[in-house]
Amino acid sequence: MRLIKQSILQRDGSGSATLLPEDPEDMWHLYNLIRPNDLLRASAIRRITNETATGSTASRRVTLNLLIRVKSTDFDAQASQLHVSGQVAEENQYVKLGGHHTLDLELHRNLTLEKAEGWDSVALGILQDALDQTKKAEMFAVVMQEGLANICLITEHQTVLKTTVETKMPGKRSNLRGEHDKAQEKFFRTTLDTLLRQIDLSDPKPLLLVSPGFTASSFQAFIKQTATQANDKPLRNFLPQILTAHASSGHLHSLNEALASQAVKARLKDTKYMRETALMDKLMELIRKDDGRAWYGHREVTKAVEKGAVGRGGGVLLISNALFRSHDMDTRRKWVGLVDKVRDVEGGEVRIFSSEHESGKRLEGLGNVAAILTFPLLNLEEDDDEGGGGGLEKGTNGVN
Amino acid sequence: MSNRRVKDIAYDADDVEDYDDDDDYAQDEELSPEDQEQMRQGKIKVREALGNAYSVPDREIEDALWNYYYDISKTVSYLKDQFQPVRPKQQKQPSRFDQAVAAVQAPQAKKSGPSPDDVVEQAQTKGKKGNTEKHSKKADESAGGAVQAVADLSVQDAPKVKSKNLDVIAEFKKSNMKNTASFVVVGHIDHGKSTLMGRLLLDLQVINQRTIDKLRKEADTIGKSSFALAWIMDQTSDERSRGVTVDVATHAFETAKTRFTILDAPGHRDFVPNMIAGTSQADFAILVLDASPDSFESGLRGQTKEHALLLRALGVARVVVAVNKMDAVAWDRARFEDVHQQMKAFFVTAGFSAANLTFVPCAGLTGDNIVRAAPKETASWYEGPTLVNALDDAEPAERSLEKPLRMSVADVFRGGVTNPLSITGRIDAGTLQVGDQILVQPAGETAVIKGIEADGEGETSADWAVAGMLPVLHLAEIDPVHLRVGDVVCSPTNSPIRNVRALEVKILAFEHVLPQLVDVHRGRMHVPGRVSELLAVLDAKTGLEGKKKKLRVVQPGSMAKVRVELERALPLEIPGRLVLRAEGKTIAAGLIDAVVG
Repeated sequence: MRLIKQSILQRDGSGSATLLPEDPEDMWHLYNLIRPNDLLRASAIRRITNETATGSTASRRVTLNLLIRVKSTDFDAQASQLHVSGQVAEENQYVKLGGHHTLDLELHRNLTLEKAEGWDSVALGILQDALDQTKKAEMFAVVMQEGLANICLITEHQTVLKTTVETKMPGKRSNLRGEHDKAQEKFFRTTLDTLLRQIDLSDPKPLLLVSPGFTASSFQAFIKQTATQANDKPLRNFLPQILTAHASSGHLHSLNEALASQAVKARLKDTKYMRETALMDKLMELIRKDDGRAWYGHREVTKAVEKGAVGRGGGVLLISNALFRSHDMDTRRKWVGLVDKVRDVEGGEVRIFSSEHESGKRLEGLGNVAAILTFPLLNLEEDDDEGGGGGLEKGTNGVN
Repeated sequence: MSNRRVKDIAYDADDVEDYDDDDDYAQDEELSPEDQEQMRQGKIKVREALGNAYSVPDREIEDALWNYYYDISKTVSYLKDQFQPVRPKQQKQPSRFDQAVAAVQAPQAKKSGPSPDDVVEQAQTKGKKGNTEKHSKKADESAGGAVQAVADLSVQDAPKVKSKNLDVIAEFKKSNMKNTASFVVVGHIDHGKSTLMGRLLLDLQVINQRTIDKLRKEADTIGKSSFALAWIMDQTSDERSRGVTVDVATHAFETAKTRFTILDAPGHRDFVPNMIAGTSQADFAILVLDASPDSFESGLRGQTKEHALLLRALGVARVVVAVNKMDAVAWDRARFEDVHQQMKAFFVTAGFSAANLTFVPCAGLTGDNIVRAAPKETASWYEGPTLVNALDDAEPAERSLEKPLRMSVADVFRGGVTNPLSITGRIDAGTLQVGDQILVQPAGETAVIKGIEADGEGETSADWAVAGMLPVLHLAEIDPVHLRVGDVVCSPTNSPIRNVRALEVKILAFEHVLPQLVDVHRGRMHVPGRVSELLAVLDAKTGLEGKKKKLRVVQPGSMAKVRVELERALPLEIPGRLVLRAEGKTIAAGLIDAVVG
């Protein structure tokens, strides 16, 4: 994303920014930035119907710039498309004030965003991330087991499941010798064909093959064989970019296990998702020990921060960006306040997880927020049983 | 009978592969027992296929079968070529199915097959019905003459099946069948599960020496001669080249008392899901242990332990512990006793009752104490049963015949030309018969059973099957896309199983359980899901819910009630057994307590 123009005041966060999305990933950033009640100006196509005196109608499409007050957003992760619907906030010759419109945001077209609540620290953080122009590490991964392959693209901020290949594999039956091998070959071929439709071989990203057992290495051998047999030069050049890793199943969430393996770590260190995965593993380890050093859940984490336990010297707040997408302004403000408190007042570390990464999904299971404390706190959960338990838990479900 | 096979028939290359060079046994005047058996079955099938319209002497059929390597359809078309049909006058109409088979083969058999009239009629019917026209299920069954059958075949590739409306339970009682039992073979990797089973089959003469010689030759060529016995069970090229069992292999054999089905499970930790699948079909288990010094201990840390816990979790109570590779420790009594004591203590702490455990020392590679007794000179100290005798002591399993039908699909495959879609699996409860309509969940599609092969493949066809059996069902009137391994087959009318997305499960934790992502296993099925909420700790003894306190983590060894959400809806019901796994480890075993939508 490029910043074309901005007029954000440091003092109260008011003002607007004009942005130019260039990469599909930018849509994800915009999805996290644009909240209900924000003002968004972007180009739109609207169908205008004219009625003549005789009663016949003629319709035409006009391209125009619309300013809308956002009501809701809809993000399609697979296609990286963001649809923003709201009411028109500035009248023009075609559209009346208050008319409804859904903007389909497009790449390479300017848009201007003004935050209703002002640009808070989290919003500015997202903006900063989005504007970072350094080449980001992206890779394809195929998480597979016999008969099932999940093809996904891992980017800095998302794990996008592109497609799933599922073929029927006959079981092991004594009278069907050879059938199994044939089915396996067919499965590999389908997976490779599907994969090649996703990968741009002229500028290939690394490919990670993940599976239990030997499926991944057999598939790697199959790609090699195909490349040699067909004398496919681009595919042959792609071969060194392929790595394999072990996981216990072919389901997408097994990607976590593969990312934790040494071979993958060496290749991908210093990317956001690797750091997230490592931190998540550390958190899980601490929670298992159950010694009061790590807590999860809304109320517990809030309380731990209040007691000053998430501060300088090892305190980490892990929070999923799903919480900042809350439609309720107060809820969002509360979480932003928590982040600011940990970062600015307590001096602790804040890690904002992407809900679209597997590590973010793990955090989601824990209520989207967790903390590693500087000193152990026990019985955080006990003295609030009368406080209408579960109320916040339900809040979590509302966010997703 | 000519004992030299005709060489000028066009046969598939595959057919040849399965046989050795003719030269070794061209001299034999006598047929081997399995050839005789094949001949007998083939003859019956050919007779059926020919119907009453042809009168062919037995000898001709035998010769033709021999020539065509027991290929029924080729034999039939050859015989039809040779013998003109006796035109039926008052004779019983051949069954519709036979007519259809004949019609299919008409192009091959130039002169005979169905009469020209039939062919014309068939063409006309085809034209009238059109290929797009859906076959009405309510089509009058009794009106179905040969023409109708052919029309059905062209539209739907499956003839309409008529139910005999048997009282299956009464039939079952009347049939006085031998006990049937299935057992799963589990244990740590490389402890010799497949080899032990290969040896068992060889010594019981289910597998003949010639097959094993051939396998041994193949194994020798890649330098893995000790794997020859295991190759009886491990048949895919991956499994053979790597020397590791990947998927469950099934094989049937019979003792004087019981018909057994072996489910040979993989020991590798990556394939525990397949082991769970195998165990869910079994009545009892053989746990194979390697007696040699270091292997036993490393197994105890690895899959020996995990498999044993899974057996308990999946409700397998009876375990025969085969202390294998006794030849490697020279049948050392002290070693056997040592292993015996350690394992017994372990099993009892895991919740097995000592009365349900049998320990048998054996040696899979040499075959000692499996079918024949242990060698007297080295193992005179052992007075217990051989492995086969220990198996035979199995109490017949309780069959839930009266309950609504439940069958878990273990495999979906193409059964052959006449049976394009077949499934196999264990019937957990209830009964079924040819002609029954069944409901396949989670797809929610119905199908009709058009044929049943009781207990394994290529065996005798049957009219019915009951709980406890692992039959092959040939299906009609369903699209293969609706069938997956792990599906549940039930009756569409008699309390069908429902698909659910969320469950409350009482778990016994083996590792720490947090709200986390897990793989949920039920038999063959495994889907991603997550533990979404820890509801309560349960008291280990009373099973009651503990004091109200928000639960943060379930400690290993404790019991708890948790809520599990599945990524997609699955057919599950109370009281189903589940296994939760994460990151390659079994973290908990559970019993479904309540289902939600």
